[in-house]
Amino acid sequence: MLDVAGLHAHYGRAHILDGVGFTVAAGEVAVLLGRNGSGKSTTMKAIMGLVPPSAGSVRFEGRDIAGQPPFRIARAGIGYVPEERRIFTDLTVLENLDVGRQPARAGLRSWDAARLFDLFPSLGAMRDRPGGRMSGGEQQMLTIARTLMGNPRLLLLDEPSEGLAPVIIERMVHAIAALKAEGLSILLSEQNLHFARLVSDRAVIIEKGRIRWAGTLPDLIAADDVREQYLSV
Amino acid sequence: MEDLLIQALNGLASASSLFLVASGLTVIFGVSRIVNFAHGSLYMLGAYVGWSLVTQLPEGLAGTSVGFWGSILLAALIVGAIGMVIEVLLLRRIYEAPELFQLLATFGVVLVVQDVALLIWGPQDLLGPRAPLLRGSTEMLGVRFPRYELFLIIVGPVVLGLLWLLFHRTRWGTLVRAATQDREMVSALGVDQRRLFTSVFFLGAMLAGLGGTLQLPRESVNLQMDLAIITEAFVVVVVGGLGSLPGAFLAALLIGELHAFGILILPRITLVLVFLVMAIVLVARPHGLLGRASAPSRGAAAAPDPPIGPTPRPLIVAGAIALALLIAAPLLLRDYEISVLTELLIFVLFAASLHFIMGPGGMASFGHAAYFGAGAYGAALLAKHLGAPMLLGLAAAPALAGLLGIAFGWFCVRLSGVYSAMLTLAFAQIAWSVAFQWVEVTGGDNGILGVWPDGWARDKSVFFYLTLVLCIGASLMLRRAVRAPFGYALRAGRDNALRAEAIGIDGFRIRWLAFTVAAVAAGIAGGLFAYSKGSVFPSTLGIPRSVDALLMVLLGGVQTLSGPIVGALAFAGLQEQLMRATELWRLIMGSVIIALVLFFPQGLAGAVQKAWGK
Repeated sequence: MLDVAGLHAHYGRAHILDGVGFTVAAGEVAVLLGRNGSGKSTTMKAIMGLVPPSAGSVRFEGRDIAGQPPFRIARAGIGYVPEERRIFTDLTVLENLDVGRQPARAGLRSWDAARLFDLFPSLGAMRDRPGGRMSGGEQQMLTIARTLMGNPRLLLLDEPSEGLAPVIIERMVHAIAALKAEGLSILLSEQNLHFARLVSDRAVIIEKGRIRWAGTLPDLIAADDVREQYLSV
Repeated sequence: MEDLLIQALNGLASASSLFLVASGLTVIFGVSRIVNFAHGSLYMLGAYVGWSLVTQLPEGLAGTSVGFWGSILLAALIVGAIGMVIEVLLLRRIYEAPELFQLLATFGVVLVVQDVALLIWGPQDLLGPRAPLLRGSTEMLGVRFPRYELFLIIVGPVVLGLLWLLFHRTRWGTLVRAATQDREMVSALGVDQRRLFTSVFFLGAMLAGLGGTLQLPRESVNLQMDLAIITEAFVVVVVGGLGSLPGAFLAALLIGELHAFGILILPRITLVLVFLVMAIVLVARPHGLLGRASAPSRGAAAAPDPPIGPTPRPLIVAGAIALALLIAAPLLLRDYEISVLTELLIFVLFAASLHFIMGPGGMASFGHAAYFGAGAYGAALLAKHLGAPMLLGLAAAPALAGLLGIAFGWFCVRLSGVYSAMLTLAFAQIAWSVAFQWVEVTGGDNGILGVWPDGWARDKSVFFYLTLVLCIGASLMLRRAVRAPFGYALRAGRDNALRAEAIGIDGFRIRWLAFTVAAVAAGIAGGLFAYSKGSVFPSTLGIPRSVDALLMVLLGGVQTLSGPIVGALAFAGLQEQLMRATELWRLIMGSVIIALVLFFPQGLAGAVQKAWGK
């Protein structure tokens, strides 16, 4: 589904990604784990074209999309949910969803507001509320729903559990499981192993812009040294 | 009583036209963050194109309603298409350029359009036809009122309503509102923002064109329409609150009525009334009537200013050589050339003073001529009324400019971005109208004549050396200040106001001081300017002079310390040469500016610096 190889990216002179490479298989939930500042968000942004990769390839369903503008990458079928949520605060819930809307995709059940309100019932109760007057948890659901309106085949979720109350995190776990059941492939980034193990099949560990370890979640749980070296704070 | 009613209705009719132009401006600004100086040119083109269409209708259509109204609509659409072309060919390529750089580009367009219009339609005023169906007048409340004016009064609210529907009831409108807040996110959701921007430009330009072409039955079409309307439209947009359509409508009503009644009540201050009101509104409501404090649009992608390093050795050598040449210049040149060189030096200091607040300070000023002019008038008034010697006049120049800087700066540095820039413009216009209308003291439009240097400095070379010492000295001191702890604090506040405050920097005081220092430096330049010309006119503090300073700074490059020097020499030198060489100097100047913007988006000095870095 997604095959990232030798990806480099810079912010000005700062070298953030130093040859990142990993894959996400169709239908799986992979998690990009790493500490603050390890390059998780930049990896997501580089895949999405929001940070232009300076070298390397990003193959999505066999096509190299590295260097394309973000809107083409989105239309190719990658949905991006940013860490800071970036809700349009002046727009209502329904309008936010409308911005994300893209044509239906062959072989995929297309998303609409009604289906998304089934997935996130609390959003349905506030369809005309401006995004700026929602709680953090509600905004997190809206930002995922908005991206789903583009009918992606692969979802990039940047730190979806950050700053959320435990009860909301629980709902997020259910939502991700439901999306996986729909056949969606998901790449999420996390610092929080606890959340990651609840939803992911496979983990990729990034540190200082390089991939240091990759394997299944059970393997990671068993590998104390790996967790100690790359994840403990 | 009848007069009042007629004036009120007149005011409403003007408000409608003003709203059409301002609404386009505010929509374009909202999405692209471009301060589109060329919006007035689009308005003017609307009037000209409409005139051509109406007067050249084929036999069967001439004089008919279909012909007239069809021409009006077609003209608006054509101007919309012109706006699209400008966006695609020019602005699209420079969205990533530093803030305000686009302003320079659109100003290049203004110059080009002025000469193109001159070439196509000639210098004479053109009279448009009356509107079919709306000839004559209607009796209302006991007064006869032209029907066309009544029609215009209705157009404003109708357009406001249609725009509201467009932005709130269509997906396109939703996308535009979303892009106003975070265009990068919109594109990550699969929206082609280039096409979105182009369509927004089409809409904005079409509204400007419609505003212009609807003026046909009201007033003659002429080449001054562009700059006359753009200043007012800016005022309306800023008073209403950037990006707010209802705000623009309210502000247009306010400004329209002010004009109408100002003439009746306070004819002496009509010229400044609008700016006075803008200043009051901005001081009371820093984001305009209906505007809100908004975070800068995400994805605007302005890279942070690069740090300022020590002056590289080759630059010191080049500067020393230039200085040596300047010192030797009077021995080699004739009087006229020495005068030109003197003026260039004055502009170098003027540009350097504006750069001081724009570059390291991060505050754009659209009214920097106020301090240049204050310096000139300070020197001239002392010379005229007290017969003061030149050195006293030259000392009074920065003093008066500095006082003005302290007073105006206290208000201006509280605001940010375009609001702050517009407030500087308002104050500059207020200063201008004092010079223009306080005839007893300033001589009004006739200016103050006979401001000549004292005997010892009357020789062109001596005055040149005096100018050289003062201008280069002051410019070097500004340069030094940028590298002093004060300059660090100033730049820290520009890069991140909150963090700077958090480490104990009093941002307001630092910016206020910087503003005052810049005013003092501009005042020195202004004082020298008065003595070099022997006279002072209100134009020394007019808008064109402020625009000149902006162009010099932007051309040279905001992000480099040498930018203003290079920019002043390039701009003033080029303008001087072109104006002597050709009638069409605007066309050439505008094209040069556009080319520079496209090929050297870091400004001239920035481009050299970049090439050197490689």
